[in-house]
Amino acid sequence: MKEWITALLMLSGASFMLLAAIGLVRMPDMYTRMQPATKAATLGAGCMLLAVAVHFGSVGVTMRALAGIVFLILTAPVAAHMIGRAAYVLGVPQWEGTHLDELKGRYDTHTHRLSSGAEDEGAEQTN
Amino acid sequence: MNFLMWNIFLALAWAALSGGFSLLNLLLGFAMGFAILLFVGPALGNSNYFDKVGKALGFALFFVKELVAANLRVAYDVITPRYNMKPGIVAVPLDAKTDAEITILANLITLTPGTLSLDLSDDRRVLYVHAMYLGDPEALRREIKDGFERRVLELLR
Repeated sequence: MKEWITALLMLSGASFMLLAAIGLVRMPDMYTRMQPATKAATLGAGCMLLAVAVHFGSVGVTMRALAGIVFLILTAPVAAHMIGRAAYVLGVPQWEGTHLDELKGRYDTHTHRLSSGAEDEGAEQTN
Repeated sequence: MNFLMWNIFLALAWAALSGGFSLLNLLLGFAMGFAILLFVGPALGNSNYFDKVGKALGFALFFVKELVAANLRVAYDVITPRYNMKPGIVAVPLDAKTDAEITILANLITLTPGTLSLDLSDDRRVLYVHAMYLGDPEALRREIKDGFERRVLELLR
């Protein structure tokens, strides 16, 4: 029973990582590449760590595996967020299928301050 | 979160007294500690700890469900030759105020495939999200606000 759960977790973890790798090659632009690269990879690594925890079944290993998962969940999105933001500020081109960009024009090109658009509405009303 | 400390303490006490710090024993101790706190709780002062434990479990289940379902959707797009996606960037207005709330919400949005939080406006009122499957931007805004944000705020406040 335990072997089956371990095997299932390892296989699904490896499949998600493979999908992340294929997605990285296949997706058309920077932003869509970030998508599989962050989450499928996180989910894959999480499944692997769970498999390790189930296989050994001791508190020490389980705690370390859980800590690993927590750190992955905390750090992977932050890295993705920074890379995505840097790409947008540098003007990395988007795929031609991108059909909506509400971020456009919201960055100050010099200070990189980002407006919410709400103060623009206020300014329009006063004008 | 005082009750959480009590609950952990009771779990550790149970493990120490029964002489085994195995995972199963700790979980059993936690469950029994929870039951004890249910009885003794009113004497220790009011707390919404019991609500929150239920909500935290519900949220964990909801998150895993979203994570797997959405991963499969992206997986389908990765392995089939044609792109079905309609990417776009959407501004989501936030009700979350503190650093912790915004960080957790942004991380969860990034971890569910199909959406990636790009940046937060400097006045912390709007989160910009890149979505892979963007039909109607209003629908996505509603989905994030009613799904993730409401649950995260219920849990943290």
